[in-house]
Amino acid sequence: MTTYLDFEKPLAEIEGKAEELRALARRNAEMDVEAEAAALDRKAADMLRDLYKDLSPWRKCQVARHPDRPHCRDYIRALFTEYTPLAGDRNFADDHAVMGGLARFRDKAVMVIGHEKGHDTKTRIERNFGMARPEGYRKAVRLMEMADRFGLPVVTLVDTPGAYPGKGAEERGQSEAIARSTEACLTIGVPLVSVIIGEGGSGGAVAFATADRLAMLEHSVYSVISPEGCASILWKDAEKMREAAEALRLTAQDLLKLGVCDRVIPEPMGGAQRDPTATVAAVGDAIAAMLGEIGTPGRAALIKARRRKYLDMGSKGLAA
Amino acid sequence: MNWITNYVRPRINSIFSRREMPENLWTKCDECGTMLFHRELSDALNVCTGCGHHMGITPRARFEALFDGGVFAEVSVPKPIDDPLKFRDQKKYPERLRAAQKSTGETEAMLVAEGEIGRTPIVAAAQDFSFMGGSMGMYVGNAIVAACERAVALKRPLILFSAAGGARMQEGILSLMQMPRSTVAVQMLKEAGLPYIVVLTHPTTGGVTASYAMLGDIQIAEPNALICFAGPRVIEQTIREKLPEGFQRAEYLLDHGMLDRVTPRAQLRDELIAITRMLMGLPPAVAGDLPAPDSPEKAPAEKAAVQP
Ligand SMILES: [Zn+2]
Repeated sequence: MTTYLDFEKPLAEIEGKAEELRALARRNAEMDVEAEAAALDRKAADMLRDLYKDLSPWRKCQVARHPDRPHCRDYIRALFTEYTPLAGDRNFADDHAVMGGLARFRDKAVMVIGHEKGHDTKTRIERNFGMARPEGYRKAVRLMEMADRFGLPVVTLVDTPGAYPGKGAEERGQSEAIARSTEACLTIGVPLVSVIIGEGGSGGAVAFATADRLAMLEHSVYSVISPEGCASILWKDAEKMREAAEALRLTAQDLLKLGVCDRVIPEPMGGAQRDPTATVAAVGDAIAAMLGEIGTPGRAALIKARRRKYLDMGSKGLAA
Repeated sequence: MNWITNYVRPRINSIFSRREMPENLWTKCDECGTMLFHRELSDALNVCTGCGHHMGITPRARFEALFDGGVFAEVSVPKPIDDPLKFRDQKKYPERLRAAQKSTGETEAMLVAEGEIGRTPIVAAAQDFSFMGGSMGMYVGNAIVAACERAVALKRPLILFSAAGGARMQEGILSLMQMPRSTVAVQMLKEAGLPYIVVLTHPTTGGVTASYAMLGDIQIAEPNALICFAGPRVIEQTIREKLPEGFQRAEYLLDHGMLDRVTPRAQLRDELIAITRMLMGLPPAVAGDLPAPDSPEKAPAEKAAVQP
């Protein structure tokens, strides 16, 4: 069952009609609907291409949040072998919004860490919709430091609406945990590559996405605040999220121009959710390419270059 | 911008650029309703003499009270590019900036200075909540980088007073990037073995709390300051329950292990002198060694001669 976004409604109708025709034909052997259904398929394909040709920033936010997009778990399953989850922050709890552990990426041992949103009601609740608590960031710090000690590259997969705004999360130092995680990203002497696979929500994303190389999927977003939040503060109207999304420059394409992300990974026509397998494979290739680009410059040079990158960031604006 | 070599020579600023006297000579305390005469209030560093409520204080007023004789040299901050995203909401971003500059008389939301406190050389940075909510954009990031570079160049501790509603939304992702950027700056200090002391003032929230404001060697807060990542309203909307009294206030954070100390503004200076001197391996400060606070007029020329 395809889940359609609001702007895909016309598409849903056509694809629905084609599906109905074929269902009818399956029940009546003498009916020949294939020509008509194929015409509808072509019409749907054209419409899909038109819709996705020039997605507005707000639509990209919707696609980035699409429930059928491949999530962290899907990437880990498909791209890594011997994945050995490592749990807990050794302090309070294990945060299920953050997955992480040892794994092999194309035979090389790495540490993989990412936000996991869940794929149905049960797992979404279990994963807290990908909104990490301090324990999640502290687990990430622990894993990054371990990777550093044993010389393993770190791969992070970012997909979070933001850090969890809860009572306990605040009491246990959400701010400090995020700050330490970002600090760990900037301190470790091993390559760190990151991919924003869906939503890069504010500080909760920065804590993982501060990397030697950052890639973003074509329709992923990375922003200081959600368009709805920005609209309610600056426009005093949460319904102005389209305008806010536009103004925030949160698309992968704009972030590439700003020098915040280093590469954009193309998605299948109609978004990652229409072909998760191809999307996952493309992300795998990007991770391999980024690790290759970084090479093995040695700890000091690696840390220095990563810090330089962030010190210089933003100095050229959209002209970068 | 090179982190160590490229700093602009500090300009002696001190008392010459004091803000003009407010027209309204009386301020009403938000907490207890006491009417406070401006002179009484500024002598008390904007703390209500009736109930101890800590009101906002501008970086300049804070520095005048903090540095010996009210004398400090401003550390220049590289100006970032204007309006990088050409951001426009109901107003254009440059218009909002100009309005804030006009109402505060300041360039941006952070002031960096060097000078001495109790004869202890320091670099200080203070965030200005009255300037667009103290929000962290590229200028504030540049200010933190400049403060850290200056502290490293002079081998001095850095004392940072935070106050911000969070990131400057009008700079979009580039405001968010000040989280890692300021973290890099703080690491320069740490690697140089220099103390980084954060004084969290009301309010310090969002991406500011989740980066440089929580990375101090020592974390001090002013009484009752709101310090959080997500604001109380957002949390109430999320969890749909009322939050306990004092939630996310300085004393609450102290109780939850997130701070070293909660210190009233009046005692802050002595405490900062004691702490920085101990961490810098200096002998105790000599009491009575300082120019009288009410006669700073003589000081600038004299101090200018000893500036590095
Ligand atoms: Zn009062």
